[in-house]
Amino acid sequence: MTFIGELIVSVLILTGTFFLLVGSIGLAKLPDIMRRLHGPTKSTTLGIGATLIGSMLYFAFIGGGLSLHEVLITLFLFLTAPVSAYMIAKAHILRSGSTQASLPATGRKTGWATFHRPVPTGKPAHRDPGTSGKAT
Amino acid sequence: MMNRLLPHPSLTVMIVLVWLLLANDFSIGHLVLGLIIGLLVPRFTGVYWPDRGRLRNPRAILGYLLVVAWDICVSNIQVAYLVLFRRADTLRSRFVTVPLDLRTHDAIAVLAGTITMTPGTVSADTSADGRSLLVHCLDTDDPDALVAQIKDRYERRLKEIFE
Repeated sequence: MTFIGELIVSVLILTGTFFLLVGSIGLAKLPDIMRRLHGPTKSTTLGIGATLIGSMLYFAFIGGGLSLHEVLITLFLFLTAPVSAYMIAKAHILRSGSTQASLPATGRKTGWATFHRPVPTGKPAHRDPGTSGKAT
Repeated sequence: MMNRLLPHPSLTVMIVLVWLLLANDFSIGHLVLGLIIGLLVPRFTGVYWPDRGRLRNPRAILGYLLVVAWDICVSNIQVAYLVLFRRADTLRSRFVTVPLDLRTHDAIAVLAGTITMTPGTVSADTSADGRSLLVHCLDTDDPDALVAQIKDRYERRLKEIFE
């Protein structure tokens, strides 16, 4: 039983480490910020997830005593990682002219929120002269 | 009376749960302390959530989590392949616009977070009126299929949960 438990935990930790490594490689290898964002946001999901499940199983079956801190780590990671990625993306879009030129249209009357003042939902959209979705 | 004492019951439950998990130990003392914090925090943060979302169908959350977990596993492997074996300059990265049917802020926030956490896509911006979402994807040859997949797999389920 102990052997099977250790085997499962090892497999989970190795899987997690592999995906964390791939995330870091992606961060180093990919050429621009928007693509680099994919590395860290990826490694936090499956990489950290598998490692934490391994840790939980270890403390539940072998280490003695159920540990639920890992649930909290997962919860906080899943709350904070998208927000920070979102803010980095917005800052990058604001700074980089070539990225702005490659943005698609919003399909709405307003532009993207990085360049246009947000209008409250439920009210008629504020009409801007340059409403193609790109910064003018 | 009930409203003044418990302005946001689900937030109270959440805070008590997080407090107990932080303590990593269940005892009456921690439960009481968590309850005190869980009752005080919603009182003092009430001004920041004037229109709080409601869960219309909480039972659908479990199904949504399972779908997202499965997608995370599958697409992690796909993206790992892209990162390891494809030259970076051959990746067809691009922005796509996802028109939103969701209206409540909470549902849109959860959708944007889900898109970021599922590998291969990062949500980058919303339109100023909050009706469409800017998504950057790492490698795609069919943006329309990607948008359709996001709308069908995630947005439809979120609409069931929130609206």
